[in-house]
Amino acid sequence: MTTTAAPPQAPASTEPPVHRASLRKRLVPYWLLLPGILWLLVFFVLPMVYQASTSVQTGSLEEGFQVTWHFGTYWDAFTEYYPQFLRSLLYAGTATALCLLLGYPLAYLIAFKAGRWRNLLLVLVIAPFFTSFLIRTLAWKTILADGGPVVGVLNSVGFLDVTSWLGMTEGDRVLATPLAVVCGLTYNFLPFMILPLYSSLERIDTRLHEAAGDLYARPATVFRKVTFPLSMPGVVSGTLLTFIPASGDYVNAELLGSTDTRMIGNVIQSQYLRILDYPTAAALSFILMAIVLIMVTIYIRRAGTEDLV
Amino acid sequence: MRNPLTWLRRNLVVIAGLGTLAYMILPNVVVTVFSFNNPTGRFNYAWQEFSLDAWKDPCGVADMCGSLSLSLQIALWSTLVATALGTAIAFALVRYRFRARGAVNSLIFLPMAMPEIVMAASLLALFLNMGIQLGFWTILIAHIMFCLSFVVAAVKARVLSMDPRLEEAARDLYAGPVQTFVRVTLPIAAPGIAAGALLSFALSFDDFIITNFNSGNTVTFPMFVWGSAQRGTPVQINVIGTAMFVIAVLVVLAGQMVGNRRKKAQPK
Repeated sequence: MTTTAAPPQAPASTEPPVHRASLRKRLVPYWLLLPGILWLLVFFVLPMVYQASTSVQTGSLEEGFQVTWHFGTYWDAFTEYYPQFLRSLLYAGTATALCLLLGYPLAYLIAFKAGRWRNLLLVLVIAPFFTSFLIRTLAWKTILADGGPVVGVLNSVGFLDVTSWLGMTEGDRVLATPLAVVCGLTYNFLPFMILPLYSSLERIDTRLHEAAGDLYARPATVFRKVTFPLSMPGVVSGTLLTFIPASGDYVNAELLGSTDTRMIGNVIQSQYLRILDYPTAAALSFILMAIVLIMVTIYIRRAGTEDLV
Repeated sequence: MRNPLTWLRRNLVVIAGLGTLAYMILPNVVVTVFSFNNPTGRFNYAWQEFSLDAWKDPCGVADMCGSLSLSLQIALWSTLVATALGTAIAFALVRYRFRARGAVNSLIFLPMAMPEIVMAASLLALFLNMGIQLGFWTILIAHIMFCLSFVVAAVKARVLSMDPRLEEAARDLYAGPVQTFVRVTLPIAAPGIAAGALLSFALSFDDFIITNFNSGNTVTFPMFVWGSAQRGTPVQINVIGTAMFVIAVLVVLAGQMVGNRRKKAQPK
C-alpha cells in the first residue's frame, strides 16, 4: 500500500529533484479531476445559481426579467401547485413501493436461483435501457386500452372495483387514471430497483443461509433475519434511484394520464416551455429539489447506510 | 409435485420473479407485434392487419431516421467525453488522498440525487441567461454532464475492488508508471470503464427530459417519438423499437460471452 494511498504530506526530503517529483505527484489527482469537475461546475453548479437568480426575478417576457429579490414567487408557486406536489410524492412513493415489491423476487431469482439462466435474465432487465422508454411507455396505451383484454380481465376479477374505491380508477377504464400513471412509473423505473438489489444480493455469502438453516431457522426467518438485512444497501439505493426520478417525471403523467393526474414535472415543463413564466418555473423546481433532498437525507439517516455510491 | 400447494409455496419466488419479468417484457412484445401492423388511422394503437410494409421501408417516415442518427451521434460523443472525464475522476478519487475529496464526492453524487427535471430546467436557465442558441451543442453539453456521475460510479466500483498488489508487482518487475498503467491497471479496470460507457450511451441515447428542455428546434429520436405521440405514431417507430431491443440483447449477450471466455482462459 505504498503508492496507492499517497501520504498527505510530502516525504521529508530536502533534495530538490526528489521534492519536485513529489510535488508533481501530489498534483496528479488535481490534474485528473480538473476537466470533469470543471464541467460539473460550469454545467451543473453554475446553472443552479442561474436558476436561483431566475427564481427571484420579476417581469414579463416582453419587457424582460430583472432580479428584484422577489421571494414571494416561492410562496405563490407553492400555494398554487401544492396538489401537484402532493400528487407527485404520492405517485412516486406508490411506484417505488410497487417496484420494491415486484423487483425483489426477480432480483432474488437472478441472484440465487437462476443458475445458467442468470446472464439471460440480467440482459432482459438491462435491455429496456437501450430501447426507447418513450416507445415502451406508448405501448402501455395499447395494453391498457379501453375495452382491451387487460382491462377486461381486471374488471371481471373485481380489481377495478377495488381501485376505483381507492380513487385510482374511474368506472371501467384504466387509461387516463392515476392507476395508469403509477403503472407506467413502476414499469419505467423497475430496472433501477432491480439492478442495485441484485448487486447487493449477489454479494451475500450463501453459506450464511446454510448456517441459518443449520440453526433451525425456517426459510421465512432466514429471509427476515439474514437475507433482507444484508440486502439493505441495495434496498436503499434502489428506492432512491426509483423515487427521485419518478418524483420529477412528467412523461408518464402526460402519455398515460389526464389533466387530473398532472404531476409537478408537468407543471414545471409547461411553465418553462409553454407559458414561459420562468420565475415560477425556477421556484417550482427549487421547491421540488428541496423536498426531494430533505426526504432523501432523512431516509438515508434512518436507513443508516452511508456507503451508497 | 404431489401437493400443488407445497409446490406453489416452494416456487413462490420463481413464479413472482417471472411474473415481474413478464411485466417488464410485455411492452416490448406489444411494440414488436405492432411493428407488423397496418393501422388505418394516424395512430398505431389498435390491431388491424398483418403487414411487412414498415419493415421493408423503415426510413419511410419524414425526419425519423435523421433524428435517429442525430441521437446516435450525440450518444457516441457524450459517451466518449463522459467516459474519459469520469474515468479520470474515478481514479483520482480511489487512488489519491487530497484535500477536497469529500466535496468532490458530493459534487459527483448530487446529479444522481436530483430529479432530472431540476437539472434540465437549471441548464435552460443558464442557456437563456447567457443567450446561447439551443441545439446540438447544448444537448451534448447536458448529456456529458449527467452521464459523468454514472461513469464515475461504475469505474469507482471496479477500481475499488482492484488488488493494488498487482501494480506493485508490475513495478517490482521494473515496469514504468506508463507501462504499469497501460498493461496492468487499464486492463483490470476495463470492465468498469466499459460498463460506464455502455451506461452513458444508453442514458444519453434514451434521454428525454433534459433533451426536451435544452434542444430548441433540434429533434433527437426520443423527441421525435414524443412529437409523434401527439401528431400520430408511424409504424416505423415500432420497427426501430424492436430492432433496438434485439440489437441490445445481442450486444449485451455477446459482451457477456466474451467476458466469460476471458474468465475461463485466465483462471486465478
